[in-house]
Amino acid sequence: MRRVSIQLQVNNKSVKAVCPANATLATLLREHLGLTGTHVGCDTSQCGACVVHLNGVSVKACTVLAAQANGPEVVTIEGIGSDKLHPMQQAFREHHGLQCGFCTPGMIMSGIDMANRGQATTEAEVRKGLEGNICRCTGYHNIVQSILAGAGKMQSGEGA
Amino acid sequence: MADQSIGQRVLRKEDARFIAGKGRYTDDINLRGQAYACFVRSTVARAGIASLDLTAAESVEGVIAVLTGRQIAEDGLGTLPCGWMIHSKDGNPMKQPAHPVMAADSVNYLGEPIALVVAETYQIARDAADLVVVDYDEKQAVSDVTLAQAHDQLYEEVPRNTVYEWELGDREATMAAIEGAHHVTRIKIRNNRLIPNAIEPRAAIADFNPATEDLTLYVTSQNPHLVRLILTAFIQLAPEHKLRVVAPDVGGGFGSKIFVYSEETALSWASRRLGMAIKWTAERSESFLADAHGRDHYTEAALAMDDEGHFLGLHVKTQANMGAYLSTFASSVPTYLYGTLLAGQYKTPAIYVEVDAVLTNTAPVDAYRGAGRPEATYVLERIVDVAAGEMNLSPVEIRRRNFITNFPYATPVALEYDTGDYVQTLDRVLELAEWSSFEARKAESESRGKLRGIGLSCYIEACGLAPSQVAGALGAGVGLWESGEIRFNPTGSVTVLTGTHSHGQGHETTFAQLVSDRLGVPINDIEVVHGDTSRLDFGLGTYGSRSIAVGGSALATASDKIVEKGRKIAAHLMDTSPEEVDFEGGVYTARQSNLNKTIQEIAFAAYVPHNYPEGLEPGLAEKAFYDPDNFTFPAGAYVCEVEIDPQTGVVTIARFSAVDDFGNIINPMIVEGQVHGGLAQGIGQALLENCVYDSNGQLVTGSYFDYCMPRADDLPSFQVDLEVTPCTHNPLGVKGCGEAGAIGSPPAVINAVANALGVRDFDMPATPEKVWRAAAGS
Ligand code: FES
Ligand code: FES
Repeated sequence: MRRVSIQLQVNNKSVKAVCPANATLATLLREHLGLTGTHVGCDTSQCGACVVHLNGVSVKACTVLAAQANGPEVVTIEGIGSDKLHPMQQAFREHHGLQCGFCTPGMIMSGIDMANRGQATTEAEVRKGLEGNICRCTGYHNIVQSILAGAGKMQSGEGA
Repeated sequence: MADQSIGQRVLRKEDARFIAGKGRYTDDINLRGQAYACFVRSTVARAGIASLDLTAAESVEGVIAVLTGRQIAEDGLGTLPCGWMIHSKDGNPMKQPAHPVMAADSVNYLGEPIALVVAETYQIARDAADLVVVDYDEKQAVSDVTLAQAHDQLYEEVPRNTVYEWELGDREATMAAIEGAHHVTRIKIRNNRLIPNAIEPRAAIADFNPATEDLTLYVTSQNPHLVRLILTAFIQLAPEHKLRVVAPDVGGGFGSKIFVYSEETALSWASRRLGMAIKWTAERSESFLADAHGRDHYTEAALAMDDEGHFLGLHVKTQANMGAYLSTFASSVPTYLYGTLLAGQYKTPAIYVEVDAVLTNTAPVDAYRGAGRPEATYVLERIVDVAAGEMNLSPVEIRRRNFITNFPYATPVALEYDTGDYVQTLDRVLELAEWSSFEARKAESESRGKLRGIGLSCYIEACGLAPSQVAGALGAGVGLWESGEIRFNPTGSVTVLTGTHSHGQGHETTFAQLVSDRLGVPINDIEVVHGDTSRLDFGLGTYGSRSIAVGGSALATASDKIVEKGRKIAAHLMDTSPEEVDFEGGVYTARQSNLNKTIQEIAFAAYVPHNYPEGLEPGLAEKAFYDPDNFTFPAGAYVCEVEIDPQTGVVTIARFSAVDDFGNIINPMIVEGQVHGGLAQGIGQALLENCVYDSNGQLVTGSYFDYCMPRADDLPSFQVDLEVTPCTHNPLGVKGCGEAGAIGSPPAVINAVANALGVRDFDMPATPEKVWRAAAGS
C-alpha cells in the first residue's frame, strides 16, 4: 500500500503523520495519533460513533480519508474541553446522557454541531438531527435531554 | 456534601472518563509488538470443507501465520461448551453437536470461522484472508425454525435436528382444563429473531508470555471469570492460575458478551502457539454474522377460561431456534428462563409448556436482553389481549380478574413469587397513560385521517440468578452466587471489588453509593473495581439483571462484616465493650459517653495496630460470597399508544408509559436510564428489527442498511415511574432492573397496533408494509 504524508491541525496542535493512502481519518486519529476517544462502531457509515469536527462541521471520521483531511483543522472529543468541560459534556453528565459511553463522543460532537447550527432548540429537531447516530443503551431519552440542555448552556455562554 | 445515600440521583462517577473520550475499551489497548488477526469465515451456510488452500495467503509479505481449525484439533484443544444441561421429556440428556473453535471438516452457518490470518498489520491480515481458498461441498441449508425438524439431519448425533423436547407443568390438568372450558383462545405467534448490536464490536487481545507461560486476554466480556473458567476447564488453553482475563471498559453487552466465542479462544491459542500478542477487533459485518443472536421462536398457545374470563389452563408449545451450535447458555433460555415465566402476573391454576429446541444453519442463538422472559411475556400478553376481545372484556378488566394478589405465591411452573402488587402498578400506569381519555385522542387522530390504538402489557420477570442449588438441580454447570470485597486502605479510602461487570449499568456509582451509605464514607473516597481476574478472586459477572440483587447483596454483607470488625477495634480504643458501641454515618460512638471514632480512624488503627484488641487480626478488609435464597421478581405494567398513517403504514409511538416495581432503588436516575434503554430495544423488536436468513442460510440483514436499528426519531420520550414492594429475601430489598423494558414493551406495542388496525393477530415487526396491507384489508 502506498503511504502518504499528511499534515493537519488536530485539537489545536499541528501534526504530521505518514499513513497508508487508504487509511481513514478515524484510523489516523486512533492508530497513529493515539486519540482513541473517536470510536468505530460500524463499517457502513451508519452509527456515528466516529463523529469529529472538520473545519468546525461534524463529519464521520470513518468516511473521510486521512489524505483528504490534509491541511484542515480537526477537533475530536479530546479537544473540546481540555481545561474545563465543554457545556455539552457537562450536560451529558448532568442528564445521564450516556451508559456504556461508546456512542458518547460521537453524540457529543454531533450535539455541539447541531447547537452551533441553531438546530437543537426542540425535542423534534434534536431527534431528527441524531439521524446519523445510533445508541443501543439509552433509548435516546436522556441524550435528547442532554443535547437540549447543552445547547441552552452554549447559547447563554454558561459553563463555556 | 450533597446527599449521596441510597435512593438519591447521584451523578455517575464513570462519566468523567467517558465524556472526555478517555474510556479504555479493548480496541483502545495496543501492546508493543502486537500482531493483528483477521478471520476467514464461511461464505456458505452448510457445506463440507473439501479442501483449504493457504498458499497464496501465506506468501503475502507481512503475514506471520495462517492457522486453521484442523491445527486446533491437532493441538488437542477442547470444543466450546454449553454450560446448561437440559433433559428431554423422556429423561434423556440433550443432544448437542461438538462446537469446534474453528471449523475443520464442515461449516454449519454463514460466517463460521475457518481460519485465522495473523499479520503485521490488520490491513495485511484482511487482504490475505481474502486469498484463502476454501473448496466447499455445499449442502441444502435450513434456517427457518419451523422447517428444521423435517429437514435432513445436520449432525449425526442429533436426530430430527432436535436438541431436546422439554416440558414443564402438569399436562393432564392443563388438558382437562382446556377440555372442559367455557372458551379457549388459541394463537400462533412468532418471536422475531434479533441481532444484539452493542455499539462496541467484540474485540480481544491475547498476550502469551513464553518465559512465564502466563496468558493475558483482554476481551469485551460481561463476565471475565467465566471466560477464564471455560478456557481453562473446557478448552484446556492454560491453567487457571496462569490465565488472566481483563474486561476493561465494555461498550454495551445486552447478553451478547456473556458467551465464550470462537474468536477469543482461537486468538488465545494462536498467541500461545506463536508466542506473541495478537489483536482482533470485529468489523460490524462480523458482529451481524457471528455474535450470538436472540429470540427466534414459533409458538402455538391455548388459554382456557370460564364464562367470566377467569383463566383455567394454559398450554404452550414452542419451537426454539438454537442456530448451528449450542452457545454458552443457549439451552437454558427457552426452558428455565422461558417456561417458568408463563404464569406471568396471573393465578392460572394449570400450565403446561413444551419446548423443542432445534438446530438450523444460522448463527448460534443465546441470551439477549431479557432472554426467554420477553418470549414468555409476548406469548402471554398477546393471548390475554386476544382472549379479552373474544370474551368481550376490556384488556384491563381481564387482567384484573386474574391477578395474583396473595404472596408468597407458588406458580404451577416452578417459581415462588415472594412479593409484588400488580393492582398498584396497573392503576398507576393507567393514570400515567391517561387510559380513560384515550377515546378522545383517538377521535382527534381520526379527524386527521389517522388510526390510533392503545395497548397494555403486564410483565413479570425472574432476576437475581440464582440460588445455586436450584440452578444446579435444573442443570446449570456453574454456581450462581456473587462475591464482593471491601478493603479499607490505611488512609481511610475504600476499594470495592465486585464480581459483577459494568458495561453501561453504572456500577461504579451505584455500588459506591451502596457502600457509602453502609459505611458512611464519601463516594469520592470509594473506588469500585471490576472486570479483571487478577484483582478479584472470582465472580460470575453481569447478566439476567443480577448485579444489584446478588452482587449488591454480597457488598452489603461485606460492609456489615467491616462494621462489626470495626466495632471491636472502636470498643478497644474507647475502653468499652463492642455491645456498648453504636455505628452510624461513619462514626462509632460509645454509649453513655462523649467518645467517638470515625471509621477512617478505625481503619488507620487496624493497619497500625499499636494499640489494638488482643487476638484480633490487623487490617480492615472483608469478603462476602452471597448465594441468593430465591429469584427476585420485578414486575410492571406498560401502556403504549400508537398512531398509524393508513396511507403509508408508518406506526408512530405517540406515548409510552411504564410503571415498574424493582423493589428498593439505590439510584433512580440510573434505574430510569435502564428502563429507557430496555424500552427502546423492545420497541425496536416490535416495530423495526428483524434478522432474516434466506432459505439457503444467507443473511439478508447483514448491515445497518438492512437491519433496522431504532434511532432517535423512531422513539418518543418515555413516561416512567416506579412503585416499590421490597424484595423479602435479600439484605437490600432490591430486585433488578436491567431487562424489564425489553421484556414488557413488545406486547404493549403489538397490542396497540392490533387495536388500531382492529385485527386479532399481528406478527412483529410492525413494518410499514405489513401495517399498510393490514390497514388496506380492514
Ligand atoms: S464508525 Fe463511522 S459511522 Fe459507524
Ligand atoms: S451509551 Fe452505549 S451505545 Fe450509547
